[in-house]
Amino acid sequence: MATYPGLYGLLAEFETPTALVAAVHSARQTGYTRMDAYSPFPIEELADALGFRWTKLPLLILLGGITGAVSAYALQYYCAVISYPVNVGGRPLNSWPSFIPVTFELIILFASLTAVFGLLALCGLPMPYHPLFHVPRFARATRDGFFLCIEAADPRFDRAATNQFLAGLNPREVSEVPQ
Amino acid sequence: MEQETAGPEARPGATGDGAPPVIGPGYTFRSVEEKISSITLARRTPRGWWIGFAISFTLAMVMLYTICYLLLKGVGIWGINIPVAWGFAIVNFVWWIGIGHAGTLISAILLLLHQKWRTSINRFAEAMTLFAVACAGLFPLLHMGRPWFFYWLFPYPNTMEIWPQFRSPLIWDVFAVSTYGTVSLLFWYVGLIPDLATIRDHTKSRFGQIGYGILAMGWRGSAYHWKRYEVTYLILAGLATPLVVSVHTVVSFDFAVAILPGWHSTIFPPYFVAGAIYSGFAMVLVLAIPLRAFYGLEDFITQVHLQNMAKIMLATGLVVGYGYGIEAFMGLYSGNIYEKYSQINRMFGPYGVYYWALITVNVAIPQVLWLKRVRSNPPFLFVVALVVLSGMWLERYVIVITSLHRDYLPSSWGMYSPTVWDWSMFLGTIGFFFALMFLFIRFLPMISIAEMQTLLPESRVQHDDHAGAAQEAH
Repeated sequence: MATYPGLYGLLAEFETPTALVAAVHSARQTGYTRMDAYSPFPIEELADALGFRWTKLPLLILLGGITGAVSAYALQYYCAVISYPVNVGGRPLNSWPSFIPVTFELIILFASLTAVFGLLALCGLPMPYHPLFHVPRFARATRDGFFLCIEAADPRFDRAATNQFLAGLNPREVSEVPQ
Repeated sequence: MEQETAGPEARPGATGDGAPPVIGPGYTFRSVEEKISSITLARRTPRGWWIGFAISFTLAMVMLYTICYLLLKGVGIWGINIPVAWGFAIVNFVWWIGIGHAGTLISAILLLLHQKWRTSINRFAEAMTLFAVACAGLFPLLHMGRPWFFYWLFPYPNTMEIWPQFRSPLIWDVFAVSTYGTVSLLFWYVGLIPDLATIRDHTKSRFGQIGYGILAMGWRGSAYHWKRYEVTYLILAGLATPLVVSVHTVVSFDFAVAILPGWHSTIFPPYFVAGAIYSGFAMVLVLAIPLRAFYGLEDFITQVHLQNMAKIMLATGLVVGYGYGIEAFMGLYSGNIYEKYSQINRMFGPYGVYYWALITVNVAIPQVLWLKRVRSNPPFLFVVALVVLSGMWLERYVIVITSLHRDYLPSSWGMYSPTVWDWSMFLGTIGFFFALMFLFIRFLPMISIAEMQTLLPESRVQHDDHAGAAQEAH
């Protein structure tokens, strides 16, 4: 496997979501593994085509919610029963029905915070610098451009052969992405 | 409400069944993006924007002036006293927080229900939620009398060795409203990230590139990111849905858990939630109708949107009307002299005129929404929405004031009337709200670009010879 210092990968731009998904399929069939596709809006088939079907985010969010529930109830129990018990007409100190609203709100709060920060962490954001931003045409990825980038780190990557392969997929343009 | 755009074979705008489309015909990815982002990217700010912003900013300054005077003198500058210790502060708090609820309803519940028409209105409805919650939060804060001790509401270890009373709905309120504000902000921001990246990539100004660049956090539309993004967005919608119901339920507990006649009622939570959605949709209409006319967004905020919102207003308005009916019936039929008196006092006592005004503007007048002619006439709809907003404000006024001013002991009865500072605070928050809305419209894309693009049939992957042709090409 050859290394290409200073080269992040090769970027092909397509006209439509359909062409991009087809290109990703071909690249996978050819044996490329280190690649990513970019689009201005979510395309359901794209992640499938890349073989990315499962994310652990929902599990993290569930854990966040459970943490919220346990800590909220523990907090209220500690305050109302252990640290500062107030006897109101002999009613039980651990008056769980009145602890439900706060517990519920904190489930939602913890789960939502986990969702958003989990999303950012798993995506590696914030990332102000990325090699792709060197390519002027890549600005279209947030408007009407559909891009496939095969990275130089891919074991099958070859500057000339990969370029030829991408050019054969009928793209609008293929450009090199400097590191 | 099944007017969503048909499948890939049909152009939007030609749905066949005669229903108006959710997006005008003839748009491409590029023109959708340009149409929405041009409002943000425009170098010149329209004159109408300046006029509107100046008026609302002036009112916001009135609010700040009131707050300064309040901090100087104390809550005595308001009309509150014993027995009516809540007054305008709580009326306005409930009114504002209710308005916020439509934003979450549109962005979360309609997303879960696959209502495509939510797409063009969810962004500014969510902004409306945030700003309404900001206005709402001011009132209980200032009503405390010593707002600089607001942190006493939160459980933290302190030298006084005391803890908040977790059995009190007022503490539940603190948690509910602060969670609601936080989650609304997160939901709004997550939705904004791809559009912030769009603005970052297409703005010409260096300042904008840096500013939007920081906010977009380096979003580049990666398929891996989009997948996680969609999962997150859907789960956030699932979390926000019970949240929005719980928030107004907790707000209604502030009343329902008290043993005051006229408040102590199990119907409060559902009818408060319905009322919140009712007033919220009215506010969305009040914002959407001038916005689409001013910025020429009729292709994005179409007749479908206005009519669907009118229908939701009609439905929730009927629930609210039912609530009033049951409340009156239960009061009169309860056999409890205090409940019965409280209801009769509400209808025919010194504040009776407000009660009947409430029934007129909140129950009777909105019935015109049954007529399709009214629903499809934006100026008329705008007026009805304003009527509903004032009706929902009157509702809270009637609930708060009439129950408090006469309790069990006639010797402790009293009357309440707002002072000029009550009004300046209320009108001030309206100015504050609209000033924030104007800033939002100018500096952020008010319609979700990425989501609008997915409404175009071209956004869907075609599984026919198209894909085959592309594959054969190599």
